[in-house]
Amino acid sequence: MESSLGQPNFISVLFFVIFVVLTLGITYWAAKKTKTSSEFYAAGRSITGFQNGLALSGDFMSAASFLGISGMVALKGYDGIIYAVGWLVGWPALMFLLAEPLRNLGKYTFADVLAFRLKQKPIRIVASIGGILVTITYSIAQIVGSGKLINLMFGLPYELAVVIVGGVMLMYVLFGGMIATTWVQIIKACLLLFGVTLLVILSLAQFGFSLENLFSEVETKFGRTALEPGGFAASPIDSISLGLALMFGLLGLPHILMRFYTVPDAKEARKSVAYATTFIGYFYIIIPIVGFAAAVLIGREQIAGIDKGGNMAAALLAELLGGTPFLGFIAAVAFATILAVVAGLTLAAASTISHDLYFNVFTEGKATEKEQVSVAKKATVVFSVVSILLGILFKDQNVAFMVGLAFAIAASGNFPALILSILWKNFSTLGGVFSILIGSVSATLFIIFSPTVWVDVFKFDQAIFPLKNPAIVSMSLAFLSAFIFSKLFPDENATARFESEKVRVYLGIGAE
Amino acid sequence: MKIKAHQLIESIEFKKLVRIRWTVSFVLLFFLFLNYYGFILIIALKKDWVTQKLGNGNYGLYAGASVILFSWFLTFVYVFWANRYYDQEVEVLKSKLESEAK
Repeated sequence: MESSLGQPNFISVLFFVIFVVLTLGITYWAAKKTKTSSEFYAAGRSITGFQNGLALSGDFMSAASFLGISGMVALKGYDGIIYAVGWLVGWPALMFLLAEPLRNLGKYTFADVLAFRLKQKPIRIVASIGGILVTITYSIAQIVGSGKLINLMFGLPYELAVVIVGGVMLMYVLFGGMIATTWVQIIKACLLLFGVTLLVILSLAQFGFSLENLFSEVETKFGRTALEPGGFAASPIDSISLGLALMFGLLGLPHILMRFYTVPDAKEARKSVAYATTFIGYFYIIIPIVGFAAAVLIGREQIAGIDKGGNMAAALLAELLGGTPFLGFIAAVAFATILAVVAGLTLAAASTISHDLYFNVFTEGKATEKEQVSVAKKATVVFSVVSILLGILFKDQNVAFMVGLAFAIAASGNFPALILSILWKNFSTLGGVFSILIGSVSATLFIIFSPTVWVDVFKFDQAIFPLKNPAIVSMSLAFLSAFIFSKLFPDENATARFESEKVRVYLGIGAE
Repeated sequence: MKIKAHQLIESIEFKKLVRIRWTVSFVLLFFLFLNYYGFILIIALKKDWVTQKLGNGNYGLYAGASVILFSWFLTFVYVFWANRYYDQEVEVLKSKLESEAK
């Protein structure tokens, strides 16, 4: 099959321009409503559970899931499915452990929860470090991925693509704050769910709407092994460690956690997770069908010929089944996906800098509304410029390890301190500080010493740390240090304030 | 009778609410772990279970989708419980509290 991938294609550019114009229109509308800090960080707490559920799924279903998992299933078969499953299972955990307490305790960032009864300054500084490390590594991964993607799809130069993504996202966040970012996520989630559903229906039509026929075609073409687990199963500890990072990483991702402050109360927060789990679960159940159909209808060699990682499988399939217009649509959806995720990350980073560092640490809560919003906007610009520059710098790096790093730091640095501050009466400030520091630093070091970086990137023969993902070790270290330092350096104020925290966590009294 | 926040936390009803809340959470979390890590471990250690044929596919293909469906089901169990039981209890306790806590 001849593909028009990689040529500037009129229809895909048109779809993309429509998306950008539409969302910038929303940003213009949102800009008029965004004056206070609550509107800038939390959309004035006016988002409904259903809307927030869609926005959460928009924040979470990145291009890595959409293009990456379909490509992985296309090239490697069953192992891609195992990966897809891992991306969903954090959501129920988020519901059981954090959704309601987060909404009831916090104002704008997850550090609010930690700082509720611990000492403001040290805990906010350390929590900001953890939060910014996660957002920056995750956004570099997204930006580098987007640059390559645009390059492959439209034939635009890498640097230009990165600057376009960075520039448009900056406008959403800068002018529209959380209101605009939320609506960008909602529109993107709808487009993505619609696009993938259409792709699945058109694919299944080729097999008489029968999964059985699809499976038997896969078997005849690639043999039985395509439908069976392969290399993924080789090391159980590695798989469990990856699973822990995927599951609990979600519970420490700042841009996901801050979405809980956009809804009015704990009940809506709960609804948000229920809707998000539904949309995301549906997405991960059907995405393997796209991968298998692409493998059969296009062929593994051709998919790998265009991109070694298989990232173009969904795009090629769209072109085959729906011609250039459908390819254009899917390309625009992929672009929109990256844009939306990066916008969410930027807003999370800007909130941390302005709310946690500037407002609560630097001015000790004395800054006016106007100053806060102005600092948040400056932080947005700085964070965007830094991530665009790093995106260009990391051009030829493998981004998979950065996504792994972001999840490992989130799971080991942010999650243990967050859950202990809600559950454990004797949790102390120093316990929190060391848990975050030891968790994030050990996760980062272990990733550098792991086979993914030490062998694949630095080309050493043997990795110093044997596991590909360190979560199982670094999370344990974080919990252990929280325990030891809380016992060694107890914090009477924190223990005393546990009572008022409880009234708020369980009854929601006093939550803004 | 209206009571203060401190008394409320010491009350049997409140302690019961907190205990039930985390019992429900951790029981559901346990099933989630069993579901997901069970799936991973079966693939790693008992691979022949998932490679058995089921139609033209195999058990593993449907197991992947079932793990997602079961996780989804667990979140709905939680929502159902929270709407039916937890919210009601919270309202009862809140009404007992003196307004100064606000």
